[in-house]
This record gives sequence, C-alpha cells and structure tokens, in this order.
Amino acid sequence: MFADYTSSELTAIFAMQGFAGLILFSVFVLMALGLAIIFGQMGVINMAHGEFMILGAYITYLTSQLFSAYLPSLFDGYFFIAMLLAFVVTGALGALVEWAMIRHLYKRPLDTLLATWGLSLILQQLYRTVFGAREVGVSLPDWLMGSYAITDIIEVPINGIFVMVLTIFITIGVYLLMQKSRLGKQTRAVVQNRAMAGAVGINTEKVDRYTFALGCGIAGVAGSAFTMVGSTGPTAGQLYIVDTFLVVVFGGASSLLGTVASAFTISQAQSTMEFFLSGSMAKVLTLLTVVGILMLRPQGLFSLKVRR
Amino acid sequence: MQKLNKSGLSNVLRRNILKGMMALPAAMLVSQLSLAAAMSTADVNTTGLAVTDDTVKVGILHSITGTMAISETGSVQAEMLAIEQINAMGGVLGRQIEYVQEDGASDWPTFAEKSKKLLVKDKAAAVFGCWTSASRKAVLPVFEQYNGMLYYPTFYEGLEQSPNVIYTGQEATQQIIAGIDWVTKTKDAKSFFLLGSDYIWPRTSNKIARKHIDKLGLKVVGEEYYPLGHTSFNSVINKIKLKKPDVIYAIVVGGSNVAFYKQLKAAGIDMTKEKPLVLTISVTEDEILGIGGENMQGAYAAMKYFQSLTNTNNQEFVAAFKKRWGDDIVIGDVTQAAYLGPWLWKAAVEKAGSFDIDKVRAASPNLELTTAPEGYVKVHENHHLWSKTRIGHALPNGQYEVVYETEDLIEPNPFPKGYQ
Repeated sequence: MFADYTSSELTAIFAMQGFAGLILFSVFVLMALGLAIIFGQMGVINMAHGEFMILGAYITYLTSQLFSAYLPSLFDGYFFIAMLLAFVVTGALGALVEWAMIRHLYKRPLDTLLATWGLSLILQQLYRTVFGAREVGVSLPDWLMGSYAITDIIEVPINGIFVMVLTIFITIGVYLLMQKSRLGKQTRAVVQNRAMAGAVGINTEKVDRYTFALGCGIAGVAGSAFTMVGSTGPTAGQLYIVDTFLVVVFGGASSLLGTVASAFTISQAQSTMEFFLSGSMAKVLTLLTVVGILMLRPQGLFSLKVRR
Repeated sequence: MQKLNKSGLSNVLRRNILKGMMALPAAMLVSQLSLAAAMSTADVNTTGLAVTDDTVKVGILHSITGTMAISETGSVQAEMLAIEQINAMGGVLGRQIEYVQEDGASDWPTFAEKSKKLLVKDKAAAVFGCWTSASRKAVLPVFEQYNGMLYYPTFYEGLEQSPNVIYTGQEATQQIIAGIDWVTKTKDAKSFFLLGSDYIWPRTSNKIARKHIDKLGLKVVGEEYYPLGHTSFNSVINKIKLKKPDVIYAIVVGGSNVAFYKQLKAAGIDMTKEKPLVLTISVTEDEILGIGGENMQGAYAAMKYFQSLTNTNNQEFVAAFKKRWGDDIVIGDVTQAAYLGPWLWKAAVEKAGSFDIDKVRAASPNLELTTAPEGYVKVHENHHLWSKTRIGHALPNGQYEVVYETEDLIEPNPFPKGYQ
C-alpha cells in the first residue's frame, strides 16, 4: 500500500489528507450545527434543512449578481454581506415556518418529519420556478478561489481555510449563546422541562421560535459558504441531508459537543479511507461503522444525563 | 345590439372568405411540394395511431420536475422548436404535429407509466424523450410491448439496440476512442487517471477507455468512482497530485461536477497549464452554467456537438433557438441530439409514406439528414447515428472552442468487441 511512495511523499500524503479531513470536518460541523440545534433542543426532525441551506446559497448568488451589476468595486468583499443576508433571510423564513406549521406539531414529533419533508418539496419547486431548473453559477471573488502552496506537493485551498475559520467562529458563537446568554439559558430550561420553564415565566413559544429561526439561519450561512465548494440548484440540498442527519444522530441528538465530535470522527475516517480505498467503498465502510456503533450505543456518542 | 351582432357576423363571413381565398394558392403550393398531402389517412395509418386528416400526435417525455430537470429542460426546448419548425414548413405528410407533453418527474417508474399512457391512450406516433439510461431502461419494455418508437437523445454507454428506439446521441465508443486518440497524438499523453460518478455510464465508459489506453500501450495510474451527488473531492484530488497523470479523464455528472471542478481549481490545479490536462465527456455547455466558466477554463471535452460550431446549419439553429427561448440560453450536445429526433422521424415517415411504426422502422436505416446542426448525419442499421467527434477547449465565457474534429463520420458500435 505504501510501497509506491517515497518517504517525503508519504509525509505529504498524511499532511494533505489530514488537511482534507479537517476541511470535511468543518463542512460537516457547519451542515449539522443548525440541525443539531433544532433536533436536539426542540425534538423536531427538520427534513427541509437542506432546502434552507440552498436558500442561503441562492441569496449568495443574488448578492453576487447585485454587486457585480451595481458595486463592482466592492465585489471582493460581497461574500461577507451575502452570508449575513443569508442568515437573516433564512432565519426569518424559519421563524415564519415555525409559526405557521411547526408549533402545531410539537406534540406529534413524527408528523413534523412528514410536514417538513413536504415543506422541502414545496421549497424545491419554488426554487425551480423562481431560479429555473438549471444550476446557477455563483461567481466568487478571486481571493477565495486560489491555493496557498506550502511545498511543491502540499497546497492548501484558501476556501477550505475560509470554511474552517467560519466554522470555528460559528461554533464558538453558538456555544456562548447556549451557555452564557439569556436566550440560551431559557432554551436549555425549556428542553429540560417545558412545563416548569413555563411556570417560572419563560415564554416557551417565543423560545421555540427563536431556536428554530437560529437553526435555520445557521443552515443559511452554511449554504452560503458551500457555494465555494458545491453546486447551487433546486435539489442540491438533498445532497447534504443524509450526511447531516448521520452526523447529528451519531453525535447524540441533544449534545452540540457530540455533533462536533461525531463530525470529526466521520470526516477523518472517511477522508482517510477515501485515500486508500475507492470513493464508494469508503462511504460504505463509514456508514457500516456508524450503524455498528449506533447498534451498541443507540443514544449516540454523547448524551445529556437528564432524569426523565 | 342586434345591429352589432349582424355586422359582427358579416365581418366573420367576409374574413373567412378572404382567408379561403388567401389559403387557396398556399394549399396548391403545399400539395405541389408534397404529394403526400393527398394521401388519405387510411393509407398512412393502418395501425390506429392518433393521425387525422390534418394532425398527427406525438409525445414528449422528459423530467420537468425533480433532479433531472436541470439536464432535461434543454431537450424539451429543442424538441418543441423542431416540431414548431416542421409545422411551419407544412408538417409531416401534410399533417401538423401536435405534441402531448408528459413529466417523468426524475422517477423511473413514472417514466414507464407515462410512456404507457402516451402509447396506449394518446396513440402517439412517436415519442421524443428520456435522458438517463435508467429512464430509458424503464420505458424500453413498454415501447417493445406496445410497439412504439422512441427517439433517445443522450450520449450513453451503448450495449443496447432496440428495434423500438432510435439513438440520436453518441454511444460510448464514438465519444471515447476519438478523444483518447486525440489526446495521445497531439498532447503526447502517456498516463491517465480515470474518474467518474458511480453508475453504469461512467463505469462502462471508463472500461472502454481503459481497454483503449491499454491497447495503445499507455498507462492508467488510477481509477476512482464516487457516489452520485458526492460533494467533497479533496481526497481524490490529493491522489491525482501524487500520481501526476498526464490526463485526468473525468466522467463526473450532475451536481458533483460543480464540486469537483471548483475544488480542483481551489487545490491549485490550473487546467490552462494542462499539467495535468483534463479531458471530459460529461460536461456540456449546460453544465458549465452551474460550474462557472472561470472554473472550467482550459479543460477539454470530447463530444459530437458544441454550440460554437461555425457551419451554416448550426448558425441558423442557434439563432432560431435563441429567438424562441431567450438570448442567454446555452445549447449542449444532448440538446442538439434531441433536436434531431423530430427531423429524423419526419424524414423516416416521408420516406416510408406512412406513420405505421413498422414502416418507419424499416425506413430509418441509412436515412440521411443534411440539415443537422452538427453537420451531416446518417442512421446506421443498428439505430445509432454515424457522427463526427469533436474536441472542445473550454473558454472562460462558458463556451467551447472547437480545436479538432474527426475527418470522417465514426461508425456507431454499441457492442464493441474486445471492449467488454
């Protein structure tokens, strides 16, 4: 297996594959964070998560069109504004969806699965009507598309670093929000005991709405970031949904730390195996391992110790 | 009120008389042009197809919703355009074509069901449709059972030849062998890395490519497949960097394409330097819309048609297509092949002097079409088309510049000996 390569090449392999794994890890965390918040904190299985991501991607596309038409001089920086817009718009849509649909289904968690799946189909068809069935090409500022050469073999893609930095910021942000802020404390209180939280004066409906909107907003940012590495089309969200659920369920539904740990495990396993086996086999083995571990530990890697 | 009515009536009468007078010379012209117009419906339709004295019904069966809508939209537009143009010229055997459009919804059982509806209920004289091999395989038994005629536009893996299908796209060997020959001769390529999405077309195509590369005495340094819709290609790009092939032979499809080419560029592989050179058979101008011209610049594609072909047939076709569907539209290989469908059917019907499926089938082999945008084409005994293969070089504006075309038409060979 290693015989074909020289020792310097081997070092390079491990460096590059380690880095490829880290990029995949960041992508997974970014995808899963929004879902983990909604699924973990509210128990809602949001099948339309991928479509919220693609909404973020479409908003990035629209912003890039606007900037290249009206403000070409500021094009280099449009991406930050696009991400902010993506967060606000998908968050707002999330709040709307929660108000119109999800809040009526809290007592029937399995029905949310069906309802949000329906929502995902509606959104897909909506994108198809508005933006056309074909994929759209999001033009990116040049500084995001290059790579940084460390040695002549090891090259680090800049958009990969960008996704990593973004992921770190958002993860820390979400962690602080959940642990330190008033909303975070209220959310955790509602998760632990809804009736009691209501009794001490927490507006549980408002908390639910904000939580759902936050989860969707993060999905929007993720979608915006993924225009750098993936495609933007009406059904592109479906490409992410399986991996996203895999990460969240494997990590343990109600633990953000679990999500991060599971994203790390899955991404490193997958990128290492992708290198030594073929792409499809790597995927099969990853899924098999996850299934095996979940059979032994159905609650996932991490679980909250709550008395039920 | 009554007065108004009266004048309205006389107006209508006068208009009708006028119309009749104007139509008279036109009708004479048409009947002079095609004797066929005089043929009675009972003569040209002995099997109960949907043919009347002035119309004939055909079907269009593509996905306009679901994943495949991205790719199939262009084919629908091309088929509609061809039908409209044929109708403007007087139709087929003096009959205007009416089409029934059905949505396969990117779902193979739906394709089968809708094709049955088109054949059994609508009695369509021909069906233009399908895109993926999976959808074609799903409708095939239906077409064979009810004896329909399908015009299938996509380049595909071969290994099939049905009496009920005319394949207007290239089968794998036409696309692959000419491309590999070109890259070894003009670019002095010695080693290849084969990459594809994990399903029948890329796998069969790469098998043919590998056999041909072996035959030329050259080396395949890697062969990799990724599931459809895969979005992270960093590992395989690393592998490519280590193996240093001269050519990356890429048959990645759908949304994965966008991820692959963006990540290739981000990883510092500049395709314009041609080290390694990228040769693909799966990225048409349609796909570049999603990938972005700047991310595809410098890649080569081997197919039979590019929008930038400069022959007059194609210039007229592109102008008509843009006039009908908008200026910013692009036309890929499959769209052009879909456009050939209605024209080939018209030619076959006129040669046979009948809409009967069996007679159309018998008339199809050796049928020639000189007006095809790709240039002259001819139907082979095996229901595929003789066609040239061209190499396009991707420009930053999302178009291909044609840098090479085979001198002769390449014979279609869906069951290549020694390649299986």
